Amino acid sequence: MTEILSVKQLTRNFGGLAAVSNVSMHLTQGELVGLIGPNGAGKTTVFNLLSGIYPPSSGTITFTRGEKVRELGGRKPHSICRAGVGRTFQNIRLFKDLTVLDNVSIALQPNEPNSLLASFLHLPSHQSAEVRIREQSLELLDIVHLRDKAGELARNLSYGEQRHLEIARALATRPTLLLLDEPAAGMNPAETSGLTDLIAWVRKEFDLTVLLIEHDMSLVMRICERIYVLDHGIVIASGTPTEVQANPKVIEAYLGEEVD
Amino acid sequence: MQELIQQLINGLSLGSIYALIALGYTMVYGIIQLINFAHGDVYMVGAYVGYFCMARAHLGFFTSLVIAMLVCTVLGVVIERVAYKPLRNSTRIAVLITAIGVSLLLEYGMMFFVGPEVRAYPPMPGFMEASYNIGGVIIRAQQLLIIGISLILMIGLQYIVRRTKVGKAMRAVSQDADAARLMGINVDNTISLTFALGSALAGAAGVLVGVYYNSIDPLMGILPGLKAFVAAVLGGIGLIPGALIGGYVIGAVETLVAGYGFSMYKDAVVFAILIAVLMVKPTGLLGKNVREKV
Amino acid sequence: MSNRYARIGVQVVLLALVYGIVWALINAGVIDDYIQATMATICINIILAVSLNLITGFTGQFSLGHAGFMAIGAYTTALVTMEYPTTWGFLGGVFLGAILAAIVGFLIGLPTLRLRGDYLAIATLGMAEIIRILLLNFDFTNGAAGLSGIPSFVGWTWLFVFTVGTIVLISNFLHSSHGRASISIREDEIAAESVGINATRAKTLAFTVGAFFGAIAGGLYASYFYFIKPDLFGFLKSIDILVIVVLGGLGSLTGSIIAAILLALLQTFLQPFPELRMIIYSLALVMIMIFRPQGLMGSRELNLASLTRLTRRGRAAEGAS
Repeated sequence: MTEILSVKQLTRNFGGLAAVSNVSMHLTQGELVGLIGPNGAGKTTVFNLLSGIYPPSSGTITFTRGEKVRELGGRKPHSICRAGVGRTFQNIRLFKDLTVLDNVSIALQPNEPNSLLASFLHLPSHQSAEVRIREQSLELLDIVHLRDKAGELARNLSYGEQRHLEIARALATRPTLLLLDEPAAGMNPAETSGLTDLIAWVRKEFDLTVLLIEHDMSLVMRICERIYVLDHGIVIASGTPTEVQANPKVIEAYLGEEVD
Repeated sequence: MQELIQQLINGLSLGSIYALIALGYTMVYGIIQLINFAHGDVYMVGAYVGYFCMARAHLGFFTSLVIAMLVCTVLGVVIERVAYKPLRNSTRIAVLITAIGVSLLLEYGMMFFVGPEVRAYPPMPGFMEASYNIGGVIIRAQQLLIIGISLILMIGLQYIVRRTKVGKAMRAVSQDADAARLMGINVDNTISLTFALGSALAGAAGVLVGVYYNSIDPLMGILPGLKAFVAAVLGGIGLIPGALIGGYVIGAVETLVAGYGFSMYKDAVVFAILIAVLMVKPTGLLGKNVREKV
Repeated sequence: MSNRYARIGVQVVLLALVYGIVWALINAGVIDDYIQATMATICINIILAVSLNLITGFTGQFSLGHAGFMAIGAYTTALVTMEYPTTWGFLGGVFLGAILAAIVGFLIGLPTLRLRGDYLAIATLGMAEIIRILLLNFDFTNGAAGLSGIPSFVGWTWLFVFTVGTIVLISNFLHSSHGRASISIREDEIAAESVGINATRAKTLAFTVGAFFGAIAGGLYASYFYFIKPDLFGFLKSIDILVIVVLGGLGSLTGSIIAAILLALLQTFLQPFPELRMIIYSLALVMIMIFRPQGLMGSRELNLASLTRLTRRGRAAEGAS
């Protein structure tokens, strides 16, 4: 079992407030791990630190891909993405006025670099790159069942479809670690169950390690192999779903302190 | 040293005028996030109203100043109601283009009515022509008057914004217009009031600039308008103390650069300082960094 | 693929026709000097608007300093052609100016493009003002009087070549991965970064490319109108260009082209009333923004495909009724 992500003593302060403090996490290759906790626990902040949207105040994020071991703390989001960490957003952030196809193509193209000259003159190398990007984008759209909507504007998709498109877009960056921020938020039970299957399938197909924030406990308990529980920016528990469910600290965090 | 103090005093009076104009920019930006390009031209209108009051109607200086402020107040509110209000929900660039349109309209409308020529400001009453020599530094009564009037107006503004109910409403709307509306604040009236206050200050600045430079023309609002805006950004746009600091800094820099013989480059230096400040601290000297919510 | 070549073929034939007809009309004397000057203004404004649209409309970076790049192109072309008054001198001057402007754009863009929205607008405005003030004070630019008697090499042919060239190159750029990266930043910079787009690089690239073509327009201006001075490239010129872009529609190249033509025609019609010209222009500006804030075209493009779609839809509607 190789360790793919190792987070040590990760801290982020906003003003004087510690949104995340001394969080340590370890993910091994191929795992599907859940990150849960009550509202405002700092889950999304952890994602924003992992994906480089905020630099950490202190602590390290070490990411391993094959032979390469990289420190991610302090890197820009695009560089972290290219290192192999893909993500989705809780409050969907698609390119709303672009087509579904373009949304995926944009995420694919850093892998199909093209010279400026070829782009200005639409040289053959540009044409062939365009064809490859298009084909690969359509394949990814196939996986999330959006191929027949490739030409539509992202804003015209239903909520569930938009969440699927975000996953396709994240997959297009060819990650080895995928961060999913509440992928099932706003979905009905049928959609959630479809999504659960999709996550399981892409994990196997793309050989991914997945870290997942989710409020839908049935989904978390069903698919996550391990769970970290965050409260007030601190990891208060971790372990298998059954262990976590039985942990009194977790119950307290969710239900508030019991009244004697 | 003497020379430096002299330049700083000159800078203080010019800076007061910039600060007066910058306040209008900053207040409007604070409340509707619009760079009100027409603001510099409102000040030009103020200068002309003052001119006609003094030169044609032979009114006194202070009466003319008050009339100029009143006319500009009305003008500011009319501009807001007619041109900006219909665009409250449009993109910012559309409102900006509208502001530029209004600015051109004021400039060329004025040119149409009074002609494009440069006019000399009417002579000031005797007491303003006096000057005092304090240890080799010459202070003119005119400069004291400009600084004094600016200070009184700024203190008045600060009083309205900090101590009155309408001031509280203005601060509330600039924080969150929707929440303010839910609290029963009349947002439209508050925005109009902001324009009214800003325009009144610009009207006063117009008359003072006429006194300071002794010449006015219909395009006089463009460059001082830009520089006042630079002052507002420099201090931290949306912040009233920022506009003051920015105004005085720009005024001082400009007179210092000119005083040491680089008068041709004074505007370039002002803009270079602006760019430098923006690179180091994009939100201006007093501004706080705002994080985007992800 | 054959479809693509057919489309290109049709476009080439149409362009050749436009070029040929205008050329014939000029030679036949139907198009006089006055109309030619208007056409030159239109072509130059198209280049300016299309290049600014790349920066502001497509990449979403608000620039108020495009006239600064135009000034660099104009002065470089003027100085080079005055030294080497040949067609090669002219072309060399235009490209040297464009490369200089691109370098300035890169150097200015790299640090300032971190700024968002209005702050960037003010920084670019400051940059253009500094360029203008430097031109006003340098000896070799002849200060406020400007340069006159610049040898003219620009006729219909060069106007046409540069205008069409600019449109084609920028349109190609936009329809490439580089262009999509730019557009993704306009849509959502954080999301773009999170899918691997280097936002700083993409923004600086768009800004540099825009500066390059803006300077070409300046070069054409200097050579066609053989007189330039710093005040021609002031804040108002930057505003003029922005107005064309916004009027045509942010993110629509054809919108910029149509707006450049319409505004030039409006100016021509208002020529006999100089004192009312700017008043009407400014009123029109305010009215258009109040009634059609997204500009004439929004972010859509007018092209052969959309035209045929329109007529088809029209026919279908007729058939249905």
